[in-house]
Amino acid sequence: MEEKELVCIVCPRGCRLTITKESNDYIVEGNKCNRGRIYGIKEITNPTRVVTSTVKFKNGLLPRLPVKTNGPIPKRLIKQCVEEIKRIEVDYHVKVGDIIIKDILHTGIDVVSTKTM
Amino acid sequence: MIYDVAIIGGGIVGTAIARELSKYKLRTVLLEKENDISLGATKANSGVVHAGYDPKYGSLKGKLNVLGNAMYESLCKELDVPFKKIGSLVLGFNEEEMKVIKDLYENGIKLGVPNLQILDKEAAMKVEPNISDKVIGALYAPTAGIVGPWEMAIALMENAMDNGVELKLNNGVTNIEKNREGYKIYTSEGKINTKYIINAAGIFADEIHNMVADPCFKIIPRKGEYHLLDKSEGNKANTVIFQCPTEKGKGVLVLPTVHGNLIIGPNSEIIEEKDDVTTTQKGLEYVRHLGENSVKEIDLSKVITSFSGIRAKTSRRDFIIEEVKGAEGFIDVAGIDSPGLTAAPAIAEYVVNLLEKRIGKLEKNEEFNPNRRKVVRFMELTDDEKKEIINQNPKYGRVICRCENITEGEIIDIIHRNAGATTVDGVKRRARPGSGRCQGGFCLPRVMEILARETNKDIKDIVKDKQGSYILKNQWENIDGMGD
Amino acid sequence: MNYDLVVIGGGPAGLAAAIEAKKKGINSILIIDRDKELGGILNQCIHNGFGLHIFNEELTGPEYADRFIKELEALNIEFKLDTMVITLEEDKSIIAINPEDGLMNIKSRAVILAMGCRERTRGAIHIPGTRPAGVFTAGTAQRFVNIEGYMVGKEVVILGSGDIGLIMARRMTLEGAVVKAVVELLPYSGGLKRNIVQCLDDFNIPLLLSHTVIDIKGKDRVEGVTIAKVDEKRRTIEGTEKFIPCDTLLLSVGLIPENELSKMVNLDLDNSTGGPVVNESMETSIGGIFACGNVVHVHDLVDWVTEESKRAGKGAVKYLKNQLMLQKDTVKTYAGYGIKYIVPQIIRPSNIEKDLEVFMRVTDVFKNRELVIKIDNKEFKRIKKSHLAPGEMESANINVEDIKGAAEISIEVQ
Repeated sequence: MEEKELVCIVCPRGCRLTITKESNDYIVEGNKCNRGRIYGIKEITNPTRVVTSTVKFKNGLLPRLPVKTNGPIPKRLIKQCVEEIKRIEVDYHVKVGDIIIKDILHTGIDVVSTKTM
Repeated sequence: MIYDVAIIGGGIVGTAIARELSKYKLRTVLLEKENDISLGATKANSGVVHAGYDPKYGSLKGKLNVLGNAMYESLCKELDVPFKKIGSLVLGFNEEEMKVIKDLYENGIKLGVPNLQILDKEAAMKVEPNISDKVIGALYAPTAGIVGPWEMAIALMENAMDNGVELKLNNGVTNIEKNREGYKIYTSEGKINTKYIINAAGIFADEIHNMVADPCFKIIPRKGEYHLLDKSEGNKANTVIFQCPTEKGKGVLVLPTVHGNLIIGPNSEIIEEKDDVTTTQKGLEYVRHLGENSVKEIDLSKVITSFSGIRAKTSRRDFIIEEVKGAEGFIDVAGIDSPGLTAAPAIAEYVVNLLEKRIGKLEKNEEFNPNRRKVVRFMELTDDEKKEIINQNPKYGRVICRCENITEGEIIDIIHRNAGATTVDGVKRRARPGSGRCQGGFCLPRVMEILARETNKDIKDIVKDKQGSYILKNQWENIDGMGD
Repeated sequence: MNYDLVVIGGGPAGLAAAIEAKKKGINSILIIDRDKELGGILNQCIHNGFGLHIFNEELTGPEYADRFIKELEALNIEFKLDTMVITLEEDKSIIAINPEDGLMNIKSRAVILAMGCRERTRGAIHIPGTRPAGVFTAGTAQRFVNIEGYMVGKEVVILGSGDIGLIMARRMTLEGAVVKAVVELLPYSGGLKRNIVQCLDDFNIPLLLSHTVIDIKGKDRVEGVTIAKVDEKRRTIEGTEKFIPCDTLLLSVGLIPENELSKMVNLDLDNSTGGPVVNESMETSIGGIFACGNVVHVHDLVDWVTEESKRAGKGAVKYLKNQLMLQKDTVKTYAGYGIKYIVPQIIRPSNIEKDLEVFMRVTDVFKNRELVIKIDNKEFKRIKKSHLAPGEMESANINVEDIKGAAEISIEVQ
């Protein structure tokens, strides 16, 4: 039996969740709503995050272009994702939403521009 | 190649001497160990041009204070340095202190301080409505004034250089050898030959002295801590407000700066290390406490920065300005603590006299120009003048510091002048961006960008203040560990 | 130069206000911004989490700004960048300068102040020690890293757990720095829960509550800081001092409305917000001068800045069309126990169609309490709150019918 404690971030209330794994089921305690239960299980089984960073931007007014993953990627891939992003240089006009890296780390998620530059 | 005179130290004293010597046909160099002038005691002190009633009658301090005070107004006009003759008050809180005030008054009269007056409570409150209700009387000295100490030193150096003096920054003196023609000075960057040396090395003056002669004085460094408050508090004092002096110094002052901020300080602490300019909780609390004793309703939430400055006191108490015994042509200008800023122009003349005693009458530099090129202070211009200057140079149309409305044109100008700025704090000392309430939060990146561009440096090599005070590291190198 | 409306500041507040005014029929509008691009501080907030309330999706700062900039362009609203307002007068005449146009005398019938806020600095919080390079406000560091592309340090301590501090803890970590601790004077963080989890917990960065930095060491560059525990009166507890070697100290110790111009025209200021006193239409004490966004009070979410700025835009339009009622029966808002401030400070019921959202901040962390609204000292409404914190803005909806003829409306925590 595994037990883990988390702070729920679904709303500002910040419930302290205790999640216990029993055979193939997860029991969430301390949540005040169902959204907290869903969040708790997701954080235990497959925590994901949207990653934001910048890439080098050449020939522009400013030297950095902000980017993000256009969906959450597994938390364990954050570091690798940032490393991949660092390698990129952009020297052409981009708009918000333009794909900068397609299918990053085979997650099915793209890294996209978050600024028109 | 041999210099006539080498000045060691680029504080207020060294720069005043440099400027005075530029009036004569001499080959003069000023050696400064830091990357800018005015980084020692000159960088952080009260900025008071003292009236001169305080030093003992008969002392060099007493003589040179009164002389220096009388020179300030016209000197500041020539150098285009803001100076305000706002007068000073020494507050008396009891009969005993009123006795001290009477002594000061009499001492001042003997020294020739003009227009001194002892005021009763009512008259004192008229001069300074914000002083404490507990005050029973005060000494009023209308000739006291305020000036930006480093602005003064920078202007003196610039004018000295305009008139032919050389400046060597980053040249800390490591050794001095006597030779037939005079002296060979070894610095961190090389060596130079000179006939005469003027030791104006501030808190390091004893170490420089000891390179050529036996010790005859020791610098006992002290530090003083200050609070600088927002301009909204600047009108809490119209004059320089002193408490009664003690053995340690002139006590805690409350005064406006020439730029309209309010200063409270200093305390006076003996320090172990010569360059200890830390501020302490205890020291600042003391300063706040004593400041509040003098002036009512200072809003201490308006403190924008706190700093600490060093003072080069010596065991001999008085200024030490003399040719060193056994070291012909080597003149000490040491132990210049308060009223050093005030006395500096008079000290410079005194030193020239000493030199003339050694060399004989000096030949005048016919091309000497006493006036420094005017500094543009954009916000002080009329609308028409503003329009005109932006037309001439569009960079005056771009505001870099939004607390003080300082433009790119002004910053570029102070970078390219003689003795110009090369560091962020150097820009701040000359043009004041970053001196306002945001303390550089907004303008720091832009000031660095301008400095890098104008001095052909990589922005990563732009330092805050002294060498080694780097600000940036390249983001895209040495990427290492990351949390998980 | 003549305009109906000049908006000072092109960040989220100024953009939303100008767009709203244009949509409501004012054509002659000018936005003035000192930066090289529109969007204000959003440009350096490259993290996501913006727009949940307005757009129902999570945007990054630049994306949030982009939505408005696109709309602004579509509406053909004029703006001047790299331009600084150096004078504002009561009659709404403005002097602004930029390198291209030089000095401009601008006459405007109405003005919206949207200058945002600035960060509190080291001096303001009296940290003793040396004065080396390497002490940055979190926002300045954010600009260096995200806009200019320079790293400001490798080993970092952050003082203050406001959102910018938390966001920068993650950002610096992702760029290879080691964030050794986030130190918070109060017994709770002023930042959002999600930022504590996603910016600190995700990277095992310790959050030290009831601690502060009491000394900075290092002659030229920061070499370390001494931290200590504080008691409930925020005094340091002797014996708890601990030295942390680091090369950088980031300060995230609060934001202050940027009110140089407000002071220049002598607007009534509210000591609790640090910004101008405003009414239901976001109009200041001078008729025709409006204010919105962080210049009025510091917001937690940009979405609320947008809402509030639309209100200012609408107010300015009404003013220009002479539709603002100036009648004397105003209702004052009063912050009672547990409430730090309420915005607006003044409500003129006849200028409200149906209802009005008032914004407020609480003074402390409260659990399971009620916000009690009183009208002329009579209890009127109770709103249950399981959780209240100073870091999170609260709001309450007031129906105009309920306050007509009243003198005062107060809100307190019970």
